[in-house]
Amino acid sequence: MDKLKVSSSPQFHNGDSTFSVMWSVSLALLPSTIWGFIVFGLSSLWIVVVSILSALCGEYILNKIYKKNTLNDGSAFLTGLLIGMNMPPMMNGFAWLYVPIGASFFAIFIVKWAFGGLGNNWMNPALGGRVFVFFSWTKHMTLWKVPMTDAVTGATPLGAVKSGLLGYSGSASGPLDLLNEVSKDSVSYLDLFLGKIGGSIGEVSALLLLIGAIFLIIKKIIRWEIYVPYLVVFAVFIWIFDGNRFGSGYFSGDVLFHILSGGLILGVFFMATDMVTSPLTSKGMIIYGTGCGFLTFLFRIYGANPEGVSLAIIVMNIIVPLINRYTKPRLFGYVSDGGSNE
Amino acid sequence: MKLKSFPKGGIHPPHRKNRVYSSDDLNASLPKIAVIPLSQHIGAPAKCVVNVGDIVKEDDLLGEATGFVSSNIHASVPGEVIEIKDQFLPSGRVSKAVVIETKGEFSRLGKDLDKYTWEDLSNAELIQIVKDAGIVGMGGATFPTHVKLTLPDNVKLKHLIINAAECEPYLTSDHVLMLECSNEITEGLKILKKILDPEYIQVGMEINKEDAGDKLTESFKLANLDASVVFLKNKYPQGAEKNLVRAIIGKEIPSGKLPISVGVINLNISTVYAIYEAVVLHRPLVERFITIGGGAVKNPGVYRVRIGTSARALIEECGGFNEEPVKVIFGGPMMGFTVFDLDVPVTKGTSGIIALTAKEVKSANTTNCLKCGRCIDGCPMGLVPSRLYKLIDHHQLDEAIKSGLNDCVECGSCAYNCPAHLFLVQKFRAGKSIERRSKGAK
Repeated sequence: MDKLKVSSSPQFHNGDSTFSVMWSVSLALLPSTIWGFIVFGLSSLWIVVVSILSALCGEYILNKIYKKNTLNDGSAFLTGLLIGMNMPPMMNGFAWLYVPIGASFFAIFIVKWAFGGLGNNWMNPALGGRVFVFFSWTKHMTLWKVPMTDAVTGATPLGAVKSGLLGYSGSASGPLDLLNEVSKDSVSYLDLFLGKIGGSIGEVSALLLLIGAIFLIIKKIIRWEIYVPYLVVFAVFIWIFDGNRFGSGYFSGDVLFHILSGGLILGVFFMATDMVTSPLTSKGMIIYGTGCGFLTFLFRIYGANPEGVSLAIIVMNIIVPLINRYTKPRLFGYVSDGGSNE
Repeated sequence: MKLKSFPKGGIHPPHRKNRVYSSDDLNASLPKIAVIPLSQHIGAPAKCVVNVGDIVKEDDLLGEATGFVSSNIHASVPGEVIEIKDQFLPSGRVSKAVVIETKGEFSRLGKDLDKYTWEDLSNAELIQIVKDAGIVGMGGATFPTHVKLTLPDNVKLKHLIINAAECEPYLTSDHVLMLECSNEITEGLKILKKILDPEYIQVGMEINKEDAGDKLTESFKLANLDASVVFLKNKYPQGAEKNLVRAIIGKEIPSGKLPISVGVINLNISTVYAIYEAVVLHRPLVERFITIGGGAVKNPGVYRVRIGTSARALIEECGGFNEEPVKVIFGGPMMGFTVFDLDVPVTKGTSGIIALTAKEVKSANTTNCLKCGRCIDGCPMGLVPSRLYKLIDHHQLDEAIKSGLNDCVECGSCAYNCPAHLFLVQKFRAGKSIERRSKGAK
């Protein structure tokens, strides 16, 4: 009874903490990751484990150097998990060791701690790590597995569409049609939705990712101001322009295919919404989400690589400080006529 | 019914408003020893006019106001002055305090008091009564009321806004006051109407007090008083002065200005009741309604408490603790003060004593700012609290002032939302006081 706590107001709190935010996001990602292990087998499990352990290890080393204790806030675990989820499910030789380690260390050492640790990075660490290894070891990062088998395939559905369109002169009406024509594995919307496709470990099951996203929406951790504009803008541009690639003209793009394939769901709900690297105000978030959607469309359809999500988010991360500067809220009490009545 | 509210920011903390009280047993037990601080208000402390050994009667003057912005202090119990000591106030400051051991006869307690007529008094006389009674703003700011009532020359008051929002969690004392004393409040408003001659009288309260609002409206009708009750959304900080004015009249008080700049005077509902007691019953401010609550208190309730009663006595009155409290708060949990011992007395500005358990406090380790923007969502003043925090942390005070540091009302919405558990309000207070001091040095 003699030990009453004295503090400055406010004296209580809504209960959220960095710890709860980070672990909630990790929890939300878990179903999709486990699905990855089921369809891609043991090799994918090892890659995710190596990613997480190396991220934690990097954080531990830096904690020792800076004499801080940030290991248990969950952010390093989350970074490692996201990196693992963004890795292809198998790699040749010892690449399954050094590629994830490279990605995690780059994320933790360079992207995060070089700028001051949690909260001070201006780029999503997991994405930074992934893009770093993608350009460093492109060969390993583009080796895909056919789900439920040990067979290796050259491409994800998006990759197959991109390469299939090179010099293509057939009459496919859309991406699914084209896939059935040029490759032996046919793909349906249901396959895309459930995750029976090639791709990164954690990105294939749209269904399980959406379940995780709903959990985060209920927990009020991710904001509609980011994911709604992202999805809407992306969908609209795909709808308007993607049909052109198949010669079916404007306003005929296959929106469903593009939303369900590749890392879009993962990127929209789990990477673009990263608190640290997204804008501060609602207005800013809408601008940011819109930019992400447009750039993803641009990179995916007209870029050299089939994906586009990672790069789009990274580019938008970079201009977040600029968005913040121009979307500051209006200060109360600085209007000459006193504002209008509600 | 369309509810009014301030447009931007605000939070929705759990209400936990446990309105337990009994009309017959509203008075708390009298303190055996009353510790009455001489500084219970903003402004100069009162000058002590009693000595150790003096016998004082109930309502006797203990401290005399020393200047215009100051306030009289009265004895809340009859008895002998046994000590004049330094006492920690809820805010953590130290004040001289008169300690009275209760003995002798109560001149007023339990008796029907005479009612004095006031209609023939002049405004100056009425304001003098308010000043003599030591009335201060009872919402917590404790600004001497007679200063507020003294309008500058040639200023016509448009709105008299009565703050009954009681937007802090746990607190229910204003609610009970309105339910129990609606006629007295109406009479108090009539007095204020004579003094201030406002065009409109509006009582603003959150919709969770609808029964009290209806009771007041009825009472206004009976007394033929042209006043209205304005119901507001349940949203914190609806009762912060600037937000309340914005919600009710739709105008923003300009930065750094007083409400009168938009034609408004703002008084707390408890203050109105105190004015009634002073003018009609000739009774100084010696007691007030207080909520005793929080998860650690066995039987939370609302009581009418004499100034100078210790928190310890009141919590005992409520059955003591049923769980170890982590914090004991004077005021509400959003803007109140924690105390480090229970001997701190109730003062004129104490609206509640709340003992919170660890489960209610929900403290966690502070981490780096996550840039989530929830502080901006919460801020009713349009500030960017995360940026202000960083600026003050980096000693860039000028930049912080330019970004609106002095517009911060310290409502705590930002820190309540902050997942990094940063001590935002504490930092802003520190920044403001450093700035004030450096200004003083120049």
